Amino acid sequence: MLRILVSIKQVPDTTNIRINPETGTLIREGIPSITNPYDIIALSFACYLKNNYGGKITVITMGPPQAKSSLREAVEFGADRIILLTDRKFAGADTLATSYTLAEAIKYLQAEEGPFDLYLFGKQAIDGDTAQVGPGVAVRLQVPVITQTVKFETLDLEKRIIRVHRKSENGIEILEAKLPVLLTCDKGLAEPPFSPFPLILKAVKAEPEIFTADGPVNYQREKLGLRGSPTQVKKVYTPEVKKKGKIVDLSTTPLKKVVDEVIELLKSKGIL
Amino acid sequence: MKEVWVFIEQEDGRIHPVSFELLGVGKRLADDLSGICVGILLGHQVSSLVDEVFSFGADKVYLIEHEVLSYYRHIPYAKALSFLAKKYGPEILLLGATPLGRDLAGGVATLLETGLTADVTELEIDKETGNLLMTRPAYGGNIMATIICPNHRPQMATVRPRIFPMPERKPGRRGELIVERVDLYEEEAGVRRIGFLPKEKTVNLEYAEVIVAGGKGLGGKEGFEKLRELARLLGGEIGASRLAVEAGWISYDHQVGQTGKTVRPKVYLAFGISGAIQHRAGMQNSDLIIAINSDPKAPIFNIADLGIIGDWKILCDALIEAIKRHKGN
Ligand SMILES: Cc1cc2nc3c(=O)[nH]c(=O)nc-3n(C[C@H](O)[C@H](O)[C@H](O)COP(=O)(O)OP(=O)(O)OC[C@H]3O[C@@H](n4cnc5c(N)ncnc54)[C@H](O)[C@@H]3O)c2cc1C
Ligand SMILES: Nc1ncnc2c1ncn2[C@@H]1O[C@H](COP(=O)(O)O)[C@@H](O)[C@H]1O
Repeated sequence: MLRILVSIKQVPDTTNIRINPETGTLIREGIPSITNPYDIIALSFACYLKNNYGGKITVITMGPPQAKSSLREAVEFGADRIILLTDRKFAGADTLATSYTLAEAIKYLQAEEGPFDLYLFGKQAIDGDTAQVGPGVAVRLQVPVITQTVKFETLDLEKRIIRVHRKSENGIEILEAKLPVLLTCDKGLAEPPFSPFPLILKAVKAEPEIFTADGPVNYQREKLGLRGSPTQVKKVYTPEVKKKGKIVDLSTTPLKKVVDEVIELLKSKGIL
Repeated sequence: MKEVWVFIEQEDGRIHPVSFELLGVGKRLADDLSGICVGILLGHQVSSLVDEVFSFGADKVYLIEHEVLSYYRHIPYAKALSFLAKKYGPEILLLGATPLGRDLAGGVATLLETGLTADVTELEIDKETGNLLMTRPAYGGNIMATIICPNHRPQMATVRPRIFPMPERKPGRRGELIVERVDLYEEEAGVRRIGFLPKEKTVNLEYAEVIVAGGKGLGGKEGFEKLRELARLLGGEIGASRLAVEAGWISYDHQVGQTGKTVRPKVYLAFGISGAIQHRAGMQNSDLIIAINSDPKAPIFNIADLGIIGDWKILCDALIEAIKRHKGN
């Protein structure tokens, strides 16, 4: 039996983001929250493994109370235990503080019910796009990490060896790792399963366990949230647009003249 | 003396060009701090690369060679890099925001318990405090955020390829080489590479001098056939907007922008691309931007050096003819 931990994050759907141009802040009204798409891949992969090898899935998230809805969604993927880390003291965490908060919670869970075999993270969260939390947690748990996992090949439960593909700069690496290992999940690894009706029902009613800064995990306060974050935002601003260049209109300028101008520009850059 | 470190990313004895770009920035930052720029080279039998690192501006190189470092794995690389950083206490540590650099940076920052800023597009020293100002796009490129890491060292950042220009190479330039040793064991790597599938035909978009790019306005797959002909005549590569990629007209390798590649060619020709902020994020550093779009209000015109209002097809055909004629004589 496999013991799988999945770490997910609820993010604003950045496809429809609007910014207040005066303050440079996010206009939050009407922006839907979604489960980070790469974390959906992680959940799908966990579900695939559970269905094929048997096992138990524990899902954690750190965020405001509304992140509950992402944990309920996780139940549709077969999550057996869901945990919400929520506290004002967690707020404002950068990736160092986030990886600390998550890793300590994971260590607590392991002390309680035994070690996990696989830790599944998303390749990155689409709000921050940092891809730093997965490797950070792996270091804190002292387990190997494989980032940008794009394909699963085999799992040998006896030898405890998993074989996966990782996307690198020049191609695809085929890697073998001994369990336990932390994977960050990229497109292609797994497709969302078809959720059976009883699971959907279960999800609607599911209530996560709540962990706060006061318990049950024993946190060092100074490592949490804004206080535990070495990086600080100094300022935000809307990017300036380069000044306008020349504009010509083909309906009023002869084509030949425009073409000649492009050719001259290409020559000036040594292209022609 | 304050040290600005650049992690030199090498695979199979070839240095990733982003490392040279970072040496260029590293040198500038080191000058502002009255410090030195240092290259960190890790690998197996890579000492022959040291001269190249000096030639692109490093004043010093720390070298660790070990069999376990013969190909990239997180644990031994993170161990070696954090060992060096703990021993020598750099002020700044820069890595490329490549698959390898991102994998390594997150772990090393955690081992060093310091801050790390991802995908930085501007790096500047604050004259008053001497802190590094790291600016990066946030919320899908809609705003820029300047991040500082005032109380922890090193100040760490990853930087995408092609954000900064390639510095001049000065062959024969020398520096100080420091060879270090660290104990590494194959068993602790945890991961083993058992095969490698090289990318089929690599599109070298990031380092192309000319890019002919197309968007949704091309209207279909055939549009890219025309652009290919133009690109071939100009010795360039094909770029694309996300909508063109999502429509299945061309593969993801060609996507330019925030979720695609960052490019800085001498000439970027944009055909039927609206110029959404996420697209501009990947190409606004191009030397010269020529855009054609039928909509006079298309935002691409805000950053184009030459904006042409009209039908892309008419211009493309006329350009192909004109260039053929030009090459003929
Ligand atoms: C988080 C996030 C990340 C993203 N990342 C990227 C990214 O990396 N790269 C990227 O490109 N996009 C990215 N996008 C998408 C981006 O917001 C735009 O949707 C996309 O760039 C638009 O593509 P387009 O310009 O080809 O299409 P459109 O916006 O549909 O523009 C097509 C243009 O073609 C013009 N046109 C039509 N017919 C003709 C004709 N016959 N002749 C000339 N012009 C014509 C139209 O006037 C129009 O301006 C991202 C979005 C999000 C939310
Ligand atoms: N607040 C969080 N709660 C749970 N998991 C998180 C959180 N932030 C990041 N992660 C995990 O780390 C991955 C990478 O996030 P990031 O480093 O922020 O890009 C995500 O896909 C999640 O799996």
